[in-house]
Amino acid sequence: MSKKTYAIAIRDVLREEMRKDPDIFVMGEDIGVQGGIFGCTRDMLKEFGEKRIIQTPISENSFVGLGVGAASVGLRPVIELMYMDFIYLAMDQVLNQAAKMRYMFGGKVKVPLVVRGQQGIGRGNAGQHSQSVEALLMNIPGIKVVCPSTPADAAGLLRTAIRDDNPVVFIEHKALYSTKGEVPDDPEFAIPFGKANLVREGKDVTLLGNFLYHGKALEAADILEKEGISVEVMDPRTLVPLDIDSIVASVKKTGHLVTVHEAHRTMGWGTEVAAAVTEKAFGYLDAPPVRIGAKMCTLPFNLGLENAVVPQVEDIVAGVKQSLSL
Amino acid sequence: MAKAKEKYSKELLLDIYEVMNEIRRFEETALKFFNENKLRGSVHLCLGQEAVSAAVIGLMRDEDYITSTHRGHGHGIAKSRDLKSAFAELMGKETGFCHGRGGSMHICDLSKGNLGANAIVGGGLPIATGGAFAQKYRGTDNMTVSFFGDGASNQGTFHEAINMAAIWKLPVVFVCENNRYGLTTPYQTTTAVEDIADRAVGYAIPGYAIDGNDVLAILDTFAKCQERARKGEGPSLIECKTYRWKGHWTGDPEVYRTREEVASWVAKDPIPRFRAYLIENGYATDKDLDEIEERAAKDVAEAAQFALDSPEPDPAHVMDGMYVEGGFPL
Repeated sequence: MSKKTYAIAIRDVLREEMRKDPDIFVMGEDIGVQGGIFGCTRDMLKEFGEKRIIQTPISENSFVGLGVGAASVGLRPVIELMYMDFIYLAMDQVLNQAAKMRYMFGGKVKVPLVVRGQQGIGRGNAGQHSQSVEALLMNIPGIKVVCPSTPADAAGLLRTAIRDDNPVVFIEHKALYSTKGEVPDDPEFAIPFGKANLVREGKDVTLLGNFLYHGKALEAADILEKEGISVEVMDPRTLVPLDIDSIVASVKKTGHLVTVHEAHRTMGWGTEVAAAVTEKAFGYLDAPPVRIGAKMCTLPFNLGLENAVVPQVEDIVAGVKQSLSL
Repeated sequence: MAKAKEKYSKELLLDIYEVMNEIRRFEETALKFFNENKLRGSVHLCLGQEAVSAAVIGLMRDEDYITSTHRGHGHGIAKSRDLKSAFAELMGKETGFCHGRGGSMHICDLSKGNLGANAIVGGGLPIATGGAFAQKYRGTDNMTVSFFGDGASNQGTFHEAINMAAIWKLPVVFVCENNRYGLTTPYQTTTAVEDIADRAVGYAIPGYAIDGNDVLAILDTFAKCQERARKGEGPSLIECKTYRWKGHWTGDPEVYRTREEVASWVAKDPIPRFRAYLIENGYATDKDLDEIEERAAKDVAEAAQFALDSPEPDPAHVMDGMYVEGGFPL
């Protein structure tokens, strides 16, 4: 094990995988000399050169599309979007091209493409640099959607993403880049997709959270424990595929489901989880599922306003108590 | 018409003639089947534009890539020379290129370097740039052609993709088939320049506006651009001025243009024009070319019958192809 930041955990996996597989290249904005504005490709230009670390013009749709084309003929591109908000500029290539290519072409092509980048609140980046894009992506058949919340998850899931033969959107969180955690040194360390992380066992309520809300769910669980409420905290880790079986198993044990995410509450992943759990375990639920998420509001610049839009720890505590009718 | 002067072999020129006739018969048969309700969907015919696909792809290798468009039957036929799989795909049959998942607008054949027709106008230019990137990355001298229309030249991807190809000297030739209309809209009303090829100046690459119904002009221009690509000198832009004889799609009422305008372009039919060239320059006799035309008609008729006789895809396998693992993992 080594203690490293979430950003360096990502950089190290990119580096290790590139050393093993000459078909992998990394392309994106400002990833060369500076190593990306968040340092996820730091020092990689020196090691791999301009052939494999390619700094692009500001042309998101077309450099993602270049990745789609290169992947369709067997290379393994890792395309960095500086902000996940910019995936909307590349949406034709993600949604109409990468996601559909294999199916429309009768299953005769593989598109082993990773599109990765960061999203979310935490740096006062306002409406066009703070959004959470995962819910929209979940509604696109043909791609996988990955959301790591810890340095170890970032490392293990990125390795799986790079080795996956399908298009994967790998979403990082800007406010997690400097967080530190233990990461296995094993250069083959990989976390399979579709396996939720049981973060903390409990018996009264199942609480799902990801990204910053992985940590905030744990904070809420600590507070509730002092009040005698035992919270089981889970992190879905991948939204497509979603480990619904593990979530259902937990709800069958606790009888209560609360989901929390920074993404908008309406049609967020919590909505899909609530619906799926209701279908599969209705008889086990002692209360309706509780969904907690951001208000349907543009992310504001001002910190106080931003905090008013996204859920706070006290909202999670209140949500759990609502589920338990306390 | 330009003189070939032995630059091109007799075999190549006669092959191009055969492909042009295959595309012509294929499109005529597709229109007939559409009118007889034998096939569904949007069918975009390239009647009148056959010279571009046949001549450009005539000079390409299997290892060279193309990206194609919604009006892509000609490109797909020329690249794969597999009329049966093409016609079966038009009819949505299991034996089609895409097992009925793609249809007319998504014909592809990776085994012959066709990275796919694309129903998003301008969607193929970045993908072609990626194909060319991979060819350069692997150190080959293979190259890519991106076919697109006048309409796509006003999409952002045109600018983004050509610029990236130019800065990285990628081996790609951007071939614009300017058939004068984006659906009902004349290109003069959407495009500030008379020649789309003039935009090449903005990327510091060669640009050529040529007669897209003249096989020899296409061969001469494309050969230069292809050589530049293979030598690692970067991309080029060729604008082939041509015309689609039929509407945007098979159900188009065509209220936006006159019968006289259409007739004036039918009079510029590239097939008899190339036929006259082949005879005048001693490449073939009338009899040789009649035989080629008959063979093309017979091959297309057989392909259409093959498609008619082919099984429908099994709905039990509808999810096949979504993910490499199969099914949907949610």
